[in-house]
Amino acid sequence: MLYIALVFALVLGAAFPLGRYMAAIFERRVTWLRPVELGFYRLAGVDETRSMTWQAYAVALLLLSLIHFFLLYGILRLQYYLPFNPQHIAGMSPRLAFNTAASFTTNTNWQAYLPEGQISNGAQMLGLAVHMFLSAAAGIAAAAAVMRAFTASALKSLGNFYVDLTRITLYLLLPITLVAAVLLVVAGCPQTLAPFISGHTLQGGSQTIAIGPVALQEAIKQLGTNGGGFFNANSGHPFENPNAWTNLLENWLLLVIGFALPISFGHMVKETAQGRTLMAAMAIILALGCVGAYAAEAAGNPLHTAAGVARSGGNWEGKEVRFGIPASTTFNVSATGTSTGAVDSFTDSYTPLGGLVPMFLMQLGEVSPGGVGSGFYTVIVFTLLSVFVAGLMVGRTPEYLGKKVQEKEIKLAMLGVLILTLFILAGAGFSLITASGVGSLANTGPHGLSEMLYAWTSATENNGSAFAGLSADTPLLDYGLGAAMLFGRFAFMIPVLAIAGSLAAKPKLPESAGTFPTTGPLFIGLLIGVIIILGGLQFMPADTLGPLAEHFLLHAGKAF
Amino acid sequence: MLILRELRPAISLVVLFTLILGLAVPEAFTSAMQAALPWQANGSLIRQNGKIIGSAIIGQNFTGANYFAPRPSALGTSYDASTSGASNLGPTSASLLTAVQQRVAAYTKAFGPGPVPADAVTASGSGLDPDISLANALRQAPAVAAARHLPTHTVVDLVNRMTHHAAFGIVGLDHVNVLRLNLVLDALPAS
Repeated sequence: MLYIALVFALVLGAAFPLGRYMAAIFERRVTWLRPVELGFYRLAGVDETRSMTWQAYAVALLLLSLIHFFLLYGILRLQYYLPFNPQHIAGMSPRLAFNTAASFTTNTNWQAYLPEGQISNGAQMLGLAVHMFLSAAAGIAAAAAVMRAFTASALKSLGNFYVDLTRITLYLLLPITLVAAVLLVVAGCPQTLAPFISGHTLQGGSQTIAIGPVALQEAIKQLGTNGGGFFNANSGHPFENPNAWTNLLENWLLLVIGFALPISFGHMVKETAQGRTLMAAMAIILALGCVGAYAAEAAGNPLHTAAGVARSGGNWEGKEVRFGIPASTTFNVSATGTSTGAVDSFTDSYTPLGGLVPMFLMQLGEVSPGGVGSGFYTVIVFTLLSVFVAGLMVGRTPEYLGKKVQEKEIKLAMLGVLILTLFILAGAGFSLITASGVGSLANTGPHGLSEMLYAWTSATENNGSAFAGLSADTPLLDYGLGAAMLFGRFAFMIPVLAIAGSLAAKPKLPESAGTFPTTGPLFIGLLIGVIIILGGLQFMPADTLGPLAEHFLLHAGKAF
Repeated sequence: MLILRELRPAISLVVLFTLILGLAVPEAFTSAMQAALPWQANGSLIRQNGKIIGSAIIGQNFTGANYFAPRPSALGTSYDASTSGASNLGPTSASLLTAVQQRVAAYTKAFGPGPVPADAVTASGSGLDPDISLANALRQAPAVAAARHLPTHTVVDLVNRMTHHAAFGIVGLDHVNVLRLNLVLDALPAS
């Protein structure tokens, strides 16, 4: 519990100054890399004075993502012929390359491939790592565009996508990544382009050790809420996460931008209390998740306790000794409360309730605090719905920050919320009635259902973590989950940009006695309630059949 | 046409960022780290008589009574570090339960009856966990001491000296690095 408090104190403490700095990036007040920035615009033909309507912003974002998707697909298919491939790794199959390209374009970082055997250093650097920067920057840019909608009356423009993307990458992501990467190397993360190492163990055996340019990728993987591990064991691998301090650093990195964004928002709309309110709602949900998962894992597995395992230890299957239970559960909950999806311990082996918490946080829509950018605009969607619900209850015209929330915005918001749920439940349900889907499961009984439900939840919500026993490189799951990731990212982002465009054009009304206050404990409670009822309740039947059923069977002494 | 107008900046930015973030930055960073922190940047390798015996932070297998044993690994007894991963067996998995029961039986046979530290009978997340818990090490110490004809307190003292304590009691867990412990054990003068 003290550890959880420490993580929150470090993250929230840093989110205030970082949020203020990020607002200055969005408002073009930060200029310390101006010559580099201008160089980019000149070479790329970007007119930084141009402002974009919401449609132009969306087109620019989609087009850049599409181009980058095809580039990654090409790199993955051709990696055998590209430089930095000391292990002579072959090109990926078309369907795995499609799945992986969709995964990294959408900031999901679902990994159907085995990193050590199926991806070269060159493809990691030129392909995956660049996507880790740009998909994060694109998400933050979309969030900045949404923020601008609330700043003034009758706005036509949401900003310039290319300028936002460039500034966020140069002024925010790259500097923090470099500092964090140095710290990671100091602690033991490798950074080399040499081939794998051959060792002769102390007892005379032989051991081949996979290695590569890990540290730099690890840093942006966390900071950009990406989560794609350099190794199969992700942040559980000692080279990705050498000790308890790096674990704390990585946990901090993956949370900090998500919590800083609402603070930036407060500065941009010049009402900092509004930002703090959104941050508080995010933090409360995440804190409850951290405490719940920790309690479940610390209680251990009753079947194993009966077999003679010390009760005091907790559930250790799939966890690393150097972190301990509180840091392991806090990391995994943080990585699913954001859209990171990195793991330092393996959720498939968590207790049923310990595994339910990460899945439920994804099902809520990734809002605690969510992926960089995407978490923020998802919270804005829930905020608009909350204002609407409150308006219905008290008979006032709903408005948020002076912008009237009307039929069009609510329809688009509900479309976004329902469409993702449909994709998750229909996808998981369909997979489980096909022989191919059932054949992918590593576990049987209710845990098998959880495995498949988790996969579709993770892909659609762009998280990328897994109940990793699932064999995901099959035609059904490569194509199905690949489509789910693209859909989950863009079929949600575009309605949100449309909402922003519609609200931006409206007049900003002055606050009156009839305005429903959107700050303070009452609104925080309302927002959390709406998130849980609208985001979470739809999944109750499925979660009951999976993790909840397994919990009761486990305590009845059943194994499968 | 809206899309055509966007093609040049979109393509150019993707190419520019790929060259800078995917090539220039990692190349420069790798060179800098190779120069400044070569031991860590190359995998924290431990050498003995010029030969690489492994990485200080990657687990390797030990068998026999005269070495401390690492945790079970989902990668098998080879501790094959060219890959990594967990068992991914769920909490109600019968095969996991059977494995745990067999490991508990083997552990109590080797180190005496009593509750078994959980980390000693469960597979780690990476399959390459270099550490064991302090409780696990202390439980193994008497048997290791007996096999090496050393007084038990010598080995227990060694374990305590080699323990990494949780910082402030909350960051991490009291644990011992198995490879380093066994190396120090080998360096002890025989009694």
